[in-house]
Amino acid sequence: MFAYYLNLALRSLKRNKVLTALMVMTIAFGVAASMTTWSVFRAMSGDPIPWKSAKLFVPQIDSWGPARRQPNGEPPEAMDYTDAMNLMRAHRARYQSAMYRVSPPVVPAKVGQHPFYAGGHAVFSEFFPMLDVPFQYGHPWSAADDKNRARVVVISSDLNDKLFGGENSVGKTVNVGGKDYRITGVLDSWNPQPRYYDVVNSSSFNSKEESLFLPFNTAIAVGMTNNGNTNCYEPPSEPGFVGLQHSTCVWLAFMVELDGATQVAAYKRFLDGYARQQQQAGRFTWPPNNRLRDLPQWLAYQHVVPDDARTSLLVALGLLLVCLVNTAGLLLAKFLRRSGEIGVRRALGASRREIYTQFLIEAGMVGLAGGVLGLVFTGLGVLGIDLVMPTSIADLSHVDGSLLGLTLLLAIVTTALAGLYPTFRAAHVQPAWQLKTH
Amino acid sequence: MSVHPIFAALRKHKSGVVLISLQIALTLAIVCNAVFIIAQRIDRVNRPTGLDESDLILVTQQWVGAPTGVDPASIDKLDSLMQSDLATLNAIPGVQSVSPINTVPLWNSSWTSVISTKPSITFKNKAGYDRTALYFVGAKGLPTLGLNLVAGRNFRPSEVVHQAARSEIRPAVVIITRALADKLYPDGHALGKTVYVNGYSTPSTVIGIVARMQTASLNRQLDTFAWSSVLIPMRLNTSFSRYIVRTQPGQLEAVMHAVKPALYKANPMRVLDDDSVTSFAEIRADAYKGDIGMAILMGVISVILIAVTGAGIVGLTSFWVGQRHKQIGVRRALGARRVDILRYFQTENLIIAGIGAVIGIVMAVGLNLVLMQQLALPRLPIWMVLVGVVLVMVLGQIAVFVPARRASRVSPALATRAA
Repeated sequence: MFAYYLNLALRSLKRNKVLTALMVMTIAFGVAASMTTWSVFRAMSGDPIPWKSAKLFVPQIDSWGPARRQPNGEPPEAMDYTDAMNLMRAHRARYQSAMYRVSPPVVPAKVGQHPFYAGGHAVFSEFFPMLDVPFQYGHPWSAADDKNRARVVVISSDLNDKLFGGENSVGKTVNVGGKDYRITGVLDSWNPQPRYYDVVNSSSFNSKEESLFLPFNTAIAVGMTNNGNTNCYEPPSEPGFVGLQHSTCVWLAFMVELDGATQVAAYKRFLDGYARQQQQAGRFTWPPNNRLRDLPQWLAYQHVVPDDARTSLLVALGLLLVCLVNTAGLLLAKFLRRSGEIGVRRALGASRREIYTQFLIEAGMVGLAGGVLGLVFTGLGVLGIDLVMPTSIADLSHVDGSLLGLTLLLAIVTTALAGLYPTFRAAHVQPAWQLKTH
Repeated sequence: MSVHPIFAALRKHKSGVVLISLQIALTLAIVCNAVFIIAQRIDRVNRPTGLDESDLILVTQQWVGAPTGVDPASIDKLDSLMQSDLATLNAIPGVQSVSPINTVPLWNSSWTSVISTKPSITFKNKAGYDRTALYFVGAKGLPTLGLNLVAGRNFRPSEVVHQAARSEIRPAVVIITRALADKLYPDGHALGKTVYVNGYSTPSTVIGIVARMQTASLNRQLDTFAWSSVLIPMRLNTSFSRYIVRTQPGQLEAVMHAVKPALYKANPMRVLDDDSVTSFAEIRADAYKGDIGMAILMGVISVILIAVTGAGIVGLTSFWVGQRHKQIGVRRALGARRVDILRYFQTENLIIAGIGAVIGIVMAVGLNLVLMQQLALPRLPIWMVLVGVVLVMVLGQIAVFVPARRASRVSPALATRAA
């Protein structure tokens, strides 16, 4: 029976090629626009560390007080040096790390090669186990290295390729900003998007991998300046990078790992206790106003997904809706035009159910054809994103199996939805009336 | 012509009428908002920075092994490195003038601060200051940037000082933009007056006013003070430096190629990467790529929408014409002229499009409210919706014309034939 309906549908679709082509194109455009914008949105709104994001938290301490709070009462998004160091010293979470973005020059050992920038972060050793950072060779530096301000470094596989041709370079040295650092580890390819561990200082999406990580205390000791945002409500009273460390300016990112609700509650209590202690010491003149968001909440709060990506998706879905309505109208016209044929089939014993099946199959075929054409358009669309979105974002969107599957599915579901009402009308054609008028 | 028969006929095709008017409504709602977004982006992209943007190059570099301290010896060493770079750049054939600078408009890395007519006002205070962006330039900063000085004078070389990048700034003189001058001194007499920069207590005299200079930030939230800039005659000494270079007309390409070799030749211990030498045209293109892209995307979606809806009207009207062949034949046989049949379908479409447009106006405003709430889009001007209404009516008329004309060609003889 199915083959028969398929045959009938094909004949019907062939009978009015223009109308069929119109419907197929409509579905294809609607689906392709939606899927193209979805591919961008999906890439941006994805969880960068799904197996652990619920355990990662970003503490915020209100070191600025009510007068400088944002209208919504939120404390600063980054931390000043004093608070970050106090939290590190207290060490109340399983893992924790203050961090700041650096971009020091690396001087290649080979004569004649020019120095180049190596973007990265100054972090504590706990950063690596906290974020499950994968190592190709070696391992993170030790807690003792943190304490002793050791000249050690973890480099990316890209930097390792560039400097050492990709071989195991653990134990070798690399010249960063004119000083030698011993390599303790080489990362596997690791470039999480968004760069969730430091969204306040990094552009969230960046196609370039971070080249190196070095101990926070070492970077501070050698005066490696921060290469990110610095927010001050009053100018620092001392000059230079040391002045920044003594100031009320906020410029440090902070992340902790907490396992389970008990630890989260305990850490929250600790933060409030800390703020009260600062209040008693006279550093804060206001009651605690801290925040402890988990990673998904933090990324949402930071608006990591740009408004443009949301708007595009919303408008594209609107286009899909119009395409759906359009297809419904055309299918209605097409099906009702065949009222005579339906009347004859019903009079010859076809049940309503069979009419439903026949016409839904016809709609489904339009959907399938629209989906296949939509795949082509989606492919073109994803290629074209590079023209309309900043490169760092465009690089994220790609065509994969799930996108292709979803495109086809969306096309068929859309057309089936569009076909429901027309099919209902077709199935309720009165055979007697049709036979009489024809 | 009476519209009564049209309404009578429409009642027989309720579902078709509902679908097509719903489609027209949705199209109107989405296209209005999309075009509004496009208009906004075009406005944004077309804002002049106040600079003469042609023949302008930005050079950013970092010295390796340079002092990191803030003691006078370190600062002097850093300054001599900068002075020597300025001399190197000046010596490149085709270079007209060079100035150190901390950032440029559209670079999206800025030092935003406060300025006040009273001393020691910072963000600590709730009011009494204006937000501003700080630019640190040399004596040739103004001509190099191509800023339009509308009052007062340029900096004198003797007024340019140098100091550590992150230290208290005490400029004796400043040049401000007209927008900022009007905010600080609404009476229009800012020239020669005193201002206090960055919440310090040291007074600075306004010696010049430029017509316009955009802040460096691209953040829309900071657009409120996009034209409030302060120019300070100062070289900021730190391990990295930035220079703005104006070339002689037509020499941009040649100078861009010559910058890296010249700087390396003078001092190889420095970092210059792919982004170190950029023309202002590239900076502008980068800055607005997202906005232009968004405008293109909204444009493409609008075109698809209009095409789909137009085609939908053609398709549905064709069906109706086909269905009513016999009735049309009867009307023609009873004396209706071709033009009457044409008018009939045109009027019918006008009514349907009108219903769609009314619903569409509501939906357009509704969608705009959602976008305003979720994405901080401004309010859609109602004239834009009304233009949209006219356009969808015209679209409907164009789309209905072909099937309506086919209808008008139905032969009266058809009425005499049996079904």
